[in-house]
Amino acid sequence: MSAQIVPDYEAQLNAILDRCHSASLDARIPDAGELPEGYTGTLGNFPVYFPDEIAHAAGLLPVNILGGGNKLEMKHADARMGSFVCSICRSTTELGLNGTLAGLTGFVTHPICDAAKHLAGIWSRNLPDQMAEILYLPQNPNSPGAARYVAAEYQRLRAELARKVGHPISDAAIRSSIRLYNKKRRLMRELYQIRRDEPWKLSCSESYLLVRAGTRIPCEEHVELLEQALPAIRQRHVAAQDKPRVIFVGGFCEQPPLEMLETIDDACFVVDDDLLIGQRWFTEDVPEDVGDPVWALAESYIERSHASPVQHDERKPKGDYLMAMLRDGKADAAILTAAKFCEPGLDEQLFWSKDLDAAGVQYLVLEFEEKMTSFEQMAMQVETFAESLLFALA
Amino acid sequence: MTTAIAEAVPGTSRSAPAAKEIWTPFNAHSEGQRLFKEWYARLETANERHEPVANVFVMGNAIEILRSFDFHMVFPEINSLQTGVRKTSAEFIRISEDYGMSPDVCSYVKADVGMMLKEEKEPLGKMPKPDLSVSSNMCGTFIKWAEIWERRYKMPSFVLDLPGQRSSSWVVRPGDAQHSADSRWVEDQFKDLIAKCEKITGKRFDIDRLAEVQGRVNQMVIHWNNVMELNRTCPAPYNAMLDGLTYIGIMNVYRGTVEGVEFMRRLEEDVRAKVARGEGRVPEERFRLLFSGTPCYVSMRRLVELFETWGGVFAYSDYLTFAAGGMDAAELLYDTSRPLESLAEVTALAAQRGLSNQFFAHERMEKQIKDYGVDGVVFHGIKSCRFVSAGMADTRDYISKRLDIPTLYIESDLIDPRYWSDAQIKNRVDAFFEALQQRGGAGPLKGKATHAQGRTA
Repeated sequence: MSAQIVPDYEAQLNAILDRCHSASLDARIPDAGELPEGYTGTLGNFPVYFPDEIAHAAGLLPVNILGGGNKLEMKHADARMGSFVCSICRSTTELGLNGTLAGLTGFVTHPICDAAKHLAGIWSRNLPDQMAEILYLPQNPNSPGAARYVAAEYQRLRAELARKVGHPISDAAIRSSIRLYNKKRRLMRELYQIRRDEPWKLSCSESYLLVRAGTRIPCEEHVELLEQALPAIRQRHVAAQDKPRVIFVGGFCEQPPLEMLETIDDACFVVDDDLLIGQRWFTEDVPEDVGDPVWALAESYIERSHASPVQHDERKPKGDYLMAMLRDGKADAAILTAAKFCEPGLDEQLFWSKDLDAAGVQYLVLEFEEKMTSFEQMAMQVETFAESLLFALA
Repeated sequence: MTTAIAEAVPGTSRSAPAAKEIWTPFNAHSEGQRLFKEWYARLETANERHEPVANVFVMGNAIEILRSFDFHMVFPEINSLQTGVRKTSAEFIRISEDYGMSPDVCSYVKADVGMMLKEEKEPLGKMPKPDLSVSSNMCGTFIKWAEIWERRYKMPSFVLDLPGQRSSSWVVRPGDAQHSADSRWVEDQFKDLIAKCEKITGKRFDIDRLAEVQGRVNQMVIHWNNVMELNRTCPAPYNAMLDGLTYIGIMNVYRGTVEGVEFMRRLEEDVRAKVARGEGRVPEERFRLLFSGTPCYVSMRRLVELFETWGGVFAYSDYLTFAAGGMDAAELLYDTSRPLESLAEVTALAAQRGLSNQFFAHERMEKQIKDYGVDGVVFHGIKSCRFVSAGMADTRDYISKRLDIPTLYIESDLIDPRYWSDAQIKNRVDAFFEALQQRGGAGPLKGKATHAQGRTA
C-alpha cells in the first residue's frame, strides 16, 4: 500500500503570498509585449472603486494606481503639489512625471475628494498622450435616477475605451467579464469570512497581499491564485493566540505600509477591515444574465455596494456600518486610522471615535502615511492598546 | 415687479424700489454691510418664528428651489470667513482642535465646529438650527461638513450631485447629448429635493414662484457679468480680491431676491460711471494681475495692500467664478417658461464652469489672461483647501512655461492665522514686482484692455 501524498499547503500558500507580494510592490506598467494574451494595454485607475469589467471587456488590464509606497524617491512632484496634499496623490503624480506610468493607455480618477479630482488635470497637462478622465460616480445615490445616471456614465466610458482600443466593446464581452469578476469577488468574500471565523488562520497583512495582487495582475490569474490559496488557508494548523479581536478602518484609499499591518497583526486579530474596499465593492454578485450588462453594473453600484467615508449615502450612516463591522466580526475594539492630509479620512476618524465613545467601544486612533518607514512608536501604541483590551476582557 | 413683497427675502416686508428713484450715491461696501446685517438679523429669529432654515454652500446649492419654499439660507462658509475677517477664527479653530479635529482639515469646517460647540454663537449673531442642508460634490469637503450637521442636528442632508468636466478639452454645448444626460440627472435630483422641501415645510411646490425667483437671478447674473467685464478696462474700477468679495457675497446671499437685483443694478451703474470717469481702484495702476485661489480672510486687506502699494490691481480672480457656482456667464440664463428643466440645464452648465475652473484651470486661465490684459498671475495656495490648491503648483508650471507670463506662488490659509507669514509673503511679493518691472518696466497701461458693452438686465 503506497503512502498517501499530503500536499504541503503551507509551502503552497507561502509561494502564493510571495507571488502576491512581488506583484504588489511592482509599480511598473507592463509593455504591450509583456501582457498576457487577450490584453492590448493597461488602464490605470485611482481608488476607491472602478468598474474593472468595462476595461477588461475592452482588452485593457485594469491597474489600480495605489501610489508609490515607502520606497519611492520624490524628485518631481514636490514642486507640483503643495506639501499639504496626501501622499498617495503626490506619489501618483511622481509616478506619472518620472515615467513609471508612461505605458498606461489611460488614467481614470473619481470624485472621491478634491485632490483626486485634480489628478485628471495634472495628467492632461503632463501626459497629454494618455486618456485622462474623471469618472463622475455620483455622491447622491439616493435620488431616483441615480442608477440611470451611473449607467450613462459607464456607457460614456465604454465609448471612450472603444475609441482608444479601436474596436467596439460588446455586451457579451462585458457579461463575460462580469462573470469572471463575480468569481473573484466571491473568493474575496470567502477570504474575509475566514478572517471573521478563524482569524488565526489568516493575518490581516496576508489577506491584504492576497487582495492587493488583484489590483495589478490579470483577473484570470488572480482567481487562480485565490482558488489555490483558500483551501491552503483552511488547512492551516495554527493555534489561536491570546489576542484581542479588532477591526481596522481608514485604508480605503491611501494604503498603509505593509509593515504597519504586520505591526498590528503582532498584537491583534484583525477580523475585518476596509483595506482596498473598492476591490470588494459589491456585497452580492452583479447580475450575470441580464439584457444590459452595463445597467447591471450601475444598478449594483447603487443598490448592493459597501460603504466608504468618501461616498455619501443616506442608507449607510457612517457610524452604522462601523458598528455592523464590529458586530459581524465579533470584534472587541476598533483601530481607527486615517492617512495624513486625507480630509475625508480625518473627518471620519474623529466622528467614528465619537460614535464609539457613545457606544462604549474601545478604539485606538492612528495616523499613517504610505511613505512612513519607522514603526517602533506605533508598535508600542498597538501593544499597549492590545494589552489594555486583554486586561479589560479577562 | 408686482410680487415684490411676497418675493423679498423671507422675514422682510420690504417692497421693491419704485421704477424711478431719486439718485443717491451708492457705496457698494456700506450697502453690502447693511444687507449682511439685515440677513443675519433675520436668521437670528427664524427658529422662533418657526420658519424653515437650510444650511447651504456657495457652490451648487439649489437656492432657487429653497427660496420658492421661503427657506432662510444659512451659509456656514460665510459665517466661517467672517470669523477670519473679525479675527476670531483662531479661537474657534482651537476649540475644534481640542475637540479632536485634525490640524490638516479645512479651517472653515473647524471654525464652524468651534462655533457649534459654543452653541451657535456666530460673529454676527446666533445661527438658527437648520431643518435641511443642501451640499454638493463641487467641493468634497462640503459633503463631509454636511455629515457633521447631520449627526449634530439629526436632520436630512441632501447632496446634489453635479457632474463636472470629465477631461481636458471637454466641450459641452447646451442641448447636446452629454448636456441632456447630465441635465436629466440634475432634474431628477431637483424633483427629489422638492419632495423633501414639501415634507419639511408642509407647502406645495409653486412652479410660478420658482420662475419669479429665476427671473431675478437672471437679472443679477446679467448685471454681475457686466460688472466683471467692466474690470477689463484699464484702469480697473475695482479690485477683484477686495471689492469683488463684497459683490460676490451679495450675489450668493441675496440671489433671486428683490434686494439682490437692486444691489447688482446699482453696482453696475456705479462701476460703469467709474469707468466713464476713468477712475481706477488704484490711483496709478501699473500692473494688472489675475488672482487664482481664495483670499486669506484673516489678512485680506493686508494681502491686497502688498500688491496695491506697487500699483498692482487684481482685475480678475477665478474665485469670483467658482465661488458663485460658475454663474457668471451671460449665457447662463434661465428660461422661465420652463422653470424646472431650465434650472437643471443651467445648473449642469454652471457646475462644470465652476468645477473646471479648478480641476482644469489651465484651459480657462489662458483666455482670462487675455481678456483681462493681465501682466502676471498670483497663485494663492490654501493649506487647508485641496479644492483650490491641489493642482495649483502644476497649473502654475504649465502657465509659466506655455504663456511666458510671470507668476507668483504664495501660501497661507483661508482663516487660520497660524499660516500667514507676513514677512515671507511680503518678500515674495516684492521680488515678483521687481521681476515684473525688469520685464519692461511699469508704464501707464491705459487702453491695454477693453471691455464689452454688456447686456441689459
